[in-house]
Amino acid sequence: MSDVAALPNGWQLIVGLEVHVELATKTKMFSASANRFGDEPNTNIDPVTLGLPGALPVLNQHAIELAMRIGLALNCKVQPCTFHRKNYFYPDLPKAYQITQYDNPLNVDGHLMLPGEVRIGIERAHLEEDTGKSTHFGGSSGRIHGSDYSLIDFNRAGVPLVEIVSRPDIRTSEQARQYVAELRSILLAVGASDAKMEEGSMRCDVNVSVHKPGTPFGTRCEIKNVNSIRSVGRAIDYESRRQVDLIESGGTIRQETRHWDDSTGRTETLRTKEDADDYRYFLEPDLVPLIPDPEWIEAVRAALPILPAARRLALAELCGVDKDGESALVVVERGQDDYVGAVISAGGDPRRAVIYVQQAFAEQGATPKVPAKDLAALTILERDAKVTSTQAKTLLTDLIEAGGGDVLAMAAKRGFETLDTSAVEEMVDAAIAAEPGAWQKYCNGEDKALGALVGAVMKSSKGKADGKVITALLQSKKNS
Amino acid sequence: MQKLVEIASGVSNGSLSASAVVEQHLARIDVRESEIHAFNLVTADQARLDAAKVDADVKSGKKVGALAGVPIAVKDNMCTRGVETTCSSKILQGWKPPYDATVVTKLRAAGAIIIGKTNLDEFAMGSSTENSAFGPTKNPHDISRVPGGSSGGSAAAVAAGFAAASLGSDTGGSIRQPAALCGVVGVKPTYGVVSRYGLVAFASSLDQIGPFTCDVRDAATLLEVISGHDPLDSTSIPQPAPSLVSVLEHGVAGMRIGRVTDLPEGCEADVLERLESAFDALRSAGATIVDIKLPSIQYCLTAYYLIAPAEASSNLARYDGVRYGNRVDAADLNSMYAATREAGFGEEVKRRIMLGTYALSAGYYDAYYGKALKVRRLISDDFARAYQSVDTILTPTSPSVAFEFGSKTDNPLAMYLCDVFTIPTNLAGHPAMSVPFGTGAHSMPVGVQVLAPTLGEQAMFKVAAELERAS
Repeated sequence: MSDVAALPNGWQLIVGLEVHVELATKTKMFSASANRFGDEPNTNIDPVTLGLPGALPVLNQHAIELAMRIGLALNCKVQPCTFHRKNYFYPDLPKAYQITQYDNPLNVDGHLMLPGEVRIGIERAHLEEDTGKSTHFGGSSGRIHGSDYSLIDFNRAGVPLVEIVSRPDIRTSEQARQYVAELRSILLAVGASDAKMEEGSMRCDVNVSVHKPGTPFGTRCEIKNVNSIRSVGRAIDYESRRQVDLIESGGTIRQETRHWDDSTGRTETLRTKEDADDYRYFLEPDLVPLIPDPEWIEAVRAALPILPAARRLALAELCGVDKDGESALVVVERGQDDYVGAVISAGGDPRRAVIYVQQAFAEQGATPKVPAKDLAALTILERDAKVTSTQAKTLLTDLIEAGGGDVLAMAAKRGFETLDTSAVEEMVDAAIAAEPGAWQKYCNGEDKALGALVGAVMKSSKGKADGKVITALLQSKKNS
Repeated sequence: MQKLVEIASGVSNGSLSASAVVEQHLARIDVRESEIHAFNLVTADQARLDAAKVDADVKSGKKVGALAGVPIAVKDNMCTRGVETTCSSKILQGWKPPYDATVVTKLRAAGAIIIGKTNLDEFAMGSSTENSAFGPTKNPHDISRVPGGSSGGSAAAVAAGFAAASLGSDTGGSIRQPAALCGVVGVKPTYGVVSRYGLVAFASSLDQIGPFTCDVRDAATLLEVISGHDPLDSTSIPQPAPSLVSVLEHGVAGMRIGRVTDLPEGCEADVLERLESAFDALRSAGATIVDIKLPSIQYCLTAYYLIAPAEASSNLARYDGVRYGNRVDAADLNSMYAATREAGFGEEVKRRIMLGTYALSAGYYDAYYGKALKVRRLISDDFARAYQSVDTILTPTSPSVAFEFGSKTDNPLAMYLCDVFTIPTNLAGHPAMSVPFGTGAHSMPVGVQVLAPTLGEQAMFKVAAELERAS
């Protein structure tokens, strides 16, 4: 991924993110209708979901618990809270107000750590309900204005959401991507959401502004419709350059909401502050304050799984890899860190274990079929140079296909019988004799010449000699 | 007029037939409903079927409920499954809810026969039923006069003998004021005692369902049936229904009854005179009358007309023509919203939506809605202080007896003043009830209002029963 260069002329990027996640509850935020993606439109509905006259909301306990898990995983304070009505007219908002949290949210004042010990503050993580989903037909824009007709699916209406609002602590588009990725892995780890950006169960609004260090923050624009981690980075890069260009050409930034178009790679004005709704927030009279019992909060905290960052650190220490590196990231993301631990416990080579799993176990899930002891045996075979690394890769594929087995037997079946060092040494001597020119160059310090010598040994051993062993022998002969 | 408790005991012991009871009530409706217009809809066919079922159950020895065979009218802002529920508004005309309100479920389970849906001021906004989109209800005592409102249809239905009892809703006096004007008993329970699930919301933090009946015992019996915790209403109090019938004979000896010395002015002399005789009656029965002050009561009307419209502006926003109710088609979405709401809502509803929208708007919230919430706390504090020295409080229910049609329709403020004595209890969430206590000007009924603190229904009913014995 090409990282766009820092902004020119000393401009500093300031980003804050608002991430909405749908909670993985069985039922909706305020009613017993099913919370399920992909069902026939308008089948998961009831009087509460449709906002029928007389229907009343009742809080979903499981939604509260999942929201608390998110808050606690993000180091938030979980506090007594209230619900408000946010009033506006739109066809997919059945009551013409959204029940949300306003000045007293459930979770406040947390943080999330990014690679390099970068601390991103979490202002709040509050509960609210989702709207229905509108689809507009006819017209060119895909929006309601100018369309021939619109259809609404209320299956999504009333689905519980948590909105996670970061502080404006993000300084690069790379950090923004890391933030969303890290948040996503935390949500998955605590089981709060399936966090699928492509299905809309995780959605990002990005607040972007630019300023010169030492001066106040610039006017921010909110970018909507950013539907992938890659788009988060692209949208920020585009928008920050747009703002810098506008300011440098004498313009001023208007506070507005902008729409990200993934196909053109641009943002465009959706609505300005002047035509923003006045939401007329007021305390939701149909609900009472939510005061989580401190014992409940502690029970939820105690039941939290070990979070990805801690797992990456543990894996990194166990295997001797970088905690922010690709292996630790990928293996923990797939939940295969426990498996790597089991391979090491079975006597496996730590570094090889984590790399094998990272490279070959993408389809295996958190509990690979290959028994840990079999993979351990393979890492030892390679470590002890009983097979070459190329042969080891072949055996790894065999092992995965067979779902485990005796690695030594598999090696024998493939004809990967081990060559002892004396046999290899004879071939090395033969190669030196056969390639005197190359040998001379190698002895004169031309490392390029090594390839011809190793190649010759490989050829005479029919690929059974280990490249590392050959190199080591050549090295010692050169030095002797 | 047959009492609810007599019908229920007669039907359950087989001495009365539910079908016969229903026919008697339908016959009275046949005679007088065309001039009274208590109902938006009389569900005669279903009532006959339900009555026959109750009779069959009794005959076969099945246990029947506490309201077996009792014809009950339900205000047309409570959802009845498959039966039109209009709130007396054009915007909901023809709408049939797919579910029953919790109170309706409870009535049916108790064996009551729902005889019809009663008229009201549109969305319960008014004090005379003159704001009904389907025409006003007349006071059965004098058809040139209003029955009060907003539950005027429910009050008139009981006063005219169309139903043995009815349900109304009370946001600022909408049960008690029409009860007083029609000469029946009307109860607004403590907020949260009766489930609001299925009650079409006007002002959610104030709305409460309660009974209209011919006497206090019937009211206690009916309230026991419809109250109790409902998991479908988050504001429902997690307590079982209170025992009320059991206290009716307790008397008031030793009770302390508050007399408000700083009551707002503007009350008719006859009404004040009846209130004084009520105090006398309670004193004779052994109660002590204690003078109290409620200094914030003078701000309550203003606060109410900010809080209730603010909530209403939000509650009524859903009537947008998109999903149900009536729609006026137009070129685009915003025009459709405007045309639908212009045609669907009456003048008073529009006035309150505008008032409430304004009160909640950025820049005005603190000065209006925020301040009104402060008054709400102040009146609660006033009541709390008062209830340290008294058990219940007695006031007039309405400043006047039933007035003539059209006499207040040109002046919304004059109409709003009808609720000056009833609104404070809604703001505090307390219970209050109106009990008939003689007549005033033009020989029209006068009601006195008994107020009690939160969950003070037992004390309230003791006093109400004593007043009934003395009247």
